[in-house]
Amino acid sequence: MAHKREDGREFDETRKIEAKVGVIKNADGSAMFSFGDSIAIAAVYGPRELYPQHLKKPEKGLLRCYYDMLSFSVTERKRPGPSRRSSEISFVTTKALEPVLNLDAFPNTVVDVYIMILQANASTRCAGINAASLALANAGLEMTELVSAVSIGKIEDAIVADLTKDEEDYKITKDGKKIKAATDIPVAVLSRSGKISLLQLDGKIKPQELQEAVALAKKVCAKITEIQKNALKKVKES
Amino acid sequence: MEVSNLTKKRIEELLKKETRFDKRKPLEYRDIVIETGISKNAEGSARVKIGDTEVLAGVKLDVMEPFTDTPENGALIVTAELLPMSSPKFESGPPSIQAIELARIIDRGIRESEFIDLKKLCLREGELVWAVYIDIYPMNDDGNLIDAAAMAVVAAIKTAVFPEIKEDKVQYGKFTNKKLPLNEMPVTVTCYLVDDTFILDPVVAEEEAAKCRVSIAATFDKDEFIHALQKSGEEALTEKEIETVLSIALKEGKKLHAKILAQLKK
Repeated sequence: MAHKREDGREFDETRKIEAKVGVIKNADGSAMFSFGDSIAIAAVYGPRELYPQHLKKPEKGLLRCYYDMLSFSVTERKRPGPSRRSSEISFVTTKALEPVLNLDAFPNTVVDVYIMILQANASTRCAGINAASLALANAGLEMTELVSAVSIGKIEDAIVADLTKDEEDYKITKDGKKIKAATDIPVAVLSRSGKISLLQLDGKIKPQELQEAVALAKKVCAKITEIQKNALKKVKES
Repeated sequence: MEVSNLTKKRIEELLKKETRFDKRKPLEYRDIVIETGISKNAEGSARVKIGDTEVLAGVKLDVMEPFTDTPENGALIVTAELLPMSSPKFESGPPSIQAIELARIIDRGIRESEFIDLKKLCLREGELVWAVYIDIYPMNDDGNLIDAAAMAVVAAIKTAVFPEIKEDKVQYGKFTNKKLPLNEMPVTVTCYLVDDTFILDPVVAEEEAAKCRVSIAATFDKDEFIHALQKSGEEALTEKEIETVLSIALKEGKKLHAKILAQLKK
């Protein structure tokens, strides 16, 4: 258990994180967030007029998130345009961000959040949520707290933070068996309340270990929140 | 046209004095920055910034059965997605005519100049050829997407390498050092007619104030050749105006050609 991971990281260590706010001039708010080689860009437009009109709600604004990947962000070309996978991620991303926004403040309108993955090496939805949270803050929208996300994985018996593609994929064990290396658990944590707004899981894990995973996510997300705050402060200064 | 009449009038007045909002001369480009290798997973990729306009382009390679009319040629597939992230004007949904036109103008410039030597992309005639997928994504549209996209595409192609191939299957994520077989590099210059002045590299307001636009892709290495041309916009052109467009595009294209090569050498 004392050994480190393939890339030398500690179990609770993320890859190098970079965050930059204000990367798309046309947008009302925008940001870049990366975990190592996974790079996400988010742009916010709104609150603005909502079409089609039947979606309008007189008591509440609408948050719409769109997640997608550039065709050349992955090793095997991704067909341009939305897929079932990207539609689901768009949906869970919306649900991960909704709790921190005061949607009642802008009835009848929409806030569109566009997330694009420029380069993918696992944990892209978490990078996307982190970028989107920054972009919403950059757009000056009223938010009760920030949203920070990280993928937690179980590799053999270890619970680790921020999986890479290599860790997520198949692996040959010592006795030559091919096993699925990691259970992948993307988690989004709200920065002040500590509530969980995204929780998904793929793999095989004991209930006790899942609790450990969530606890680790909260610990790691607290650090990510600090990085996000610093990125926002830099914009204020400049 | 979405630009207000007042803004349009001001643009036209300034052009009469041979200047623009940002003090540029009518035929002057904004600063151009080309960055290559922006996605580790692409066979080739580039980011081009012209002023506040930013466009990404990537090259992905795959193998396929050739098209029946060209059994000994590789395939070239160019697409563009006008991301709603890059401008409030763009909407989600199926490709708009603007996205299709952009991709096709770029496609023709690359294809007709034979920049990529498709004949050398044949693995087994009639059975297996390389397919070159080129995808264009604007990140921020502040005008002149066509020229920016064309630059990003040639930069991505120039830096692209073949992936490894084993038993007719591409080994995704594994790259060789072998570059694509290339010929002379085409350069695309788009001229916009605003009032009665031709301008280059417009910002969005100038683009919207223009009544006509002509894109010309040309090569300059040995001699000057025009390989692709597209006239667009509401108004028609006189023969004289076409002559003017040609001389502008060729003169400025040559300068741009040198600029692109200098940036790629860095």
